[in-house]
Amino acid sequence: MTPIHYARCLGGIVKREALRWTQQRGRFFSALVRPLVWLAIFAAGFHFVLGVSIIPPYETYIPYEVYIAPGLLAMIQLFNGMQSSLSMVYDREMGSMKTLLISPFPRWFLLTAKLLASVVVSVVQAYIFLGIAWFWEIDPPPLGYLSVLPALILSGLMLGALGLVLSSFIRQLENFAGVMNFVIFPMFFASSALYPLWRVKESSLTLYWICQANPFTHATELIRFALYGQMTPLSAGVVAGATLLFMILAVWGYDPGRGLLARRGGGE
Amino acid sequence: MTPAPQVTTAALDVSGLSHAFGPRQALRDVGFSLDPGDFTVLLGLNGAGKTTLFALVTRLYHSRQGRIAVFGHDIRRQPSAALAAMGVVFQQPTLDLDLTVRQNLAYHASLHGLAGSRARTRIEEELERVGLADRRNARVRQLSGGQRRRVELARALVHDPALLLLDEPTVGLDIESRRFLIDHVRHLCRSRDMAVLWATHLIDEADDTAKVIVLHQGQVLDQGPVPQVAARAGAATLRAAFDTLTGAAR
Repeated sequence: MTPIHYARCLGGIVKREALRWTQQRGRFFSALVRPLVWLAIFAAGFHFVLGVSIIPPYETYIPYEVYIAPGLLAMIQLFNGMQSSLSMVYDREMGSMKTLLISPFPRWFLLTAKLLASVVVSVVQAYIFLGIAWFWEIDPPPLGYLSVLPALILSGLMLGALGLVLSSFIRQLENFAGVMNFVIFPMFFASSALYPLWRVKESSLTLYWICQANPFTHATELIRFALYGQMTPLSAGVVAGATLLFMILAVWGYDPGRGLLARRGGGE
Repeated sequence: MTPAPQVTTAALDVSGLSHAFGPRQALRDVGFSLDPGDFTVLLGLNGAGKTTLFALVTRLYHSRQGRIAVFGHDIRRQPSAALAAMGVVFQQPTLDLDLTVRQNLAYHASLHGLAGSRARTRIEEELERVGLADRRNARVRQLSGGQRRRVELARALVHDPALLLLDEPTVGLDIESRRFLIDHVRHLCRSRDMAVLWATHLIDEADDTAKVIVLHQGQVLDQGPVPQVAARAGAATLRAAFDTLTGAAR
């Protein structure tokens, strides 16, 4: 196997993910509609309830819609990571995960390729959202659209890798609903996506530290600052570290000799 | 004891293979060998350990005891070479229902690193052979159960494997689809010198020209050409031999 073989394999996996995304219409539209519902309804409702003071990277008072836009971008990626994880659980129940795993390429490469494929889809979704959000006057500086790309890739990798880990530990589709409740909601709400952390600190110091420890907060902040051409080394470090950790866990989870995959074969 | 690596021409060589899920022993000291051109039926009731054996041979799980080699490539030490030589049809359907027949096969080709042009040629050839070339752009969801099985067979052959593994490939198929599948695979054995391991619980899928491995409760009870296995069990037919062997094992 030479690099060109690896490239072909990666290309095939990305293409399949993209085809699945576009051909499953429900998934396609819900991915776009979900953040827009938040923006149009939630943000409109809270527009007058929450006052946001001037906090970096913003240089002026901003409407609430502008504040939650980076959080919604991260939410798109969180859902996409979980969706990809859901499709892997589904794949495994349906058996098509097996066709991936019996490929002659190393398993770490196959999982990484699967992860990259899901990131490509999530980044495209994020840009479509940014395009639509422009009409809500969420208009970061033009260069921000470019500088946010590495942030979106990095946060997409982290959330996709988290999805991979979860998919290797979930045995059946039914358990996935639990993951939605115990992973997606806590991650999203205990973060800086919907409210600035200084406000959280005012109400509960414990919650503040939970939010600080939540990698989703750092994904959101990474995107928020990148959208204004700024870099937050702490958030970048946390997101990169979490990506690495999740990826190691995922490769372990899918290892035929060590992971849980081997131990639960008794059900077949 | 770990056997020393040896150069062998066997398409599939399994020796001393045991596997347990917790306290349940799924396979116990299983050993057999397939040569190129062999059509071998792995015969066993549901729960005999056929699917576990397939999962070990295809490296979905690792075996802690025993050795599996594909054309001399140890599945643990050289998984890439071993998996590249193998085509697999799993018991469960594994096609992507929302994609077209061709998209499914192209995805598989890329998982084996095939170049675009070569992949297209191979996909056309294999679809032609299973009589589904005109359905290449149909969504898999629109195909019948028999057609889906044929697509899975075509897919398993796209990368030109020399060893073909099929796990209960005829389950749920009508008589005609079943006949087609068996005839097509037997033709592959003869024309391409392909080694085939065909797992089934249907005794009539092993005719007198086939080899058979009788697997029962994780153990190989007997193996060899069908007439020899029948004769050793003192039976006139494989069915009677199977009943005698599994009856004695109970």
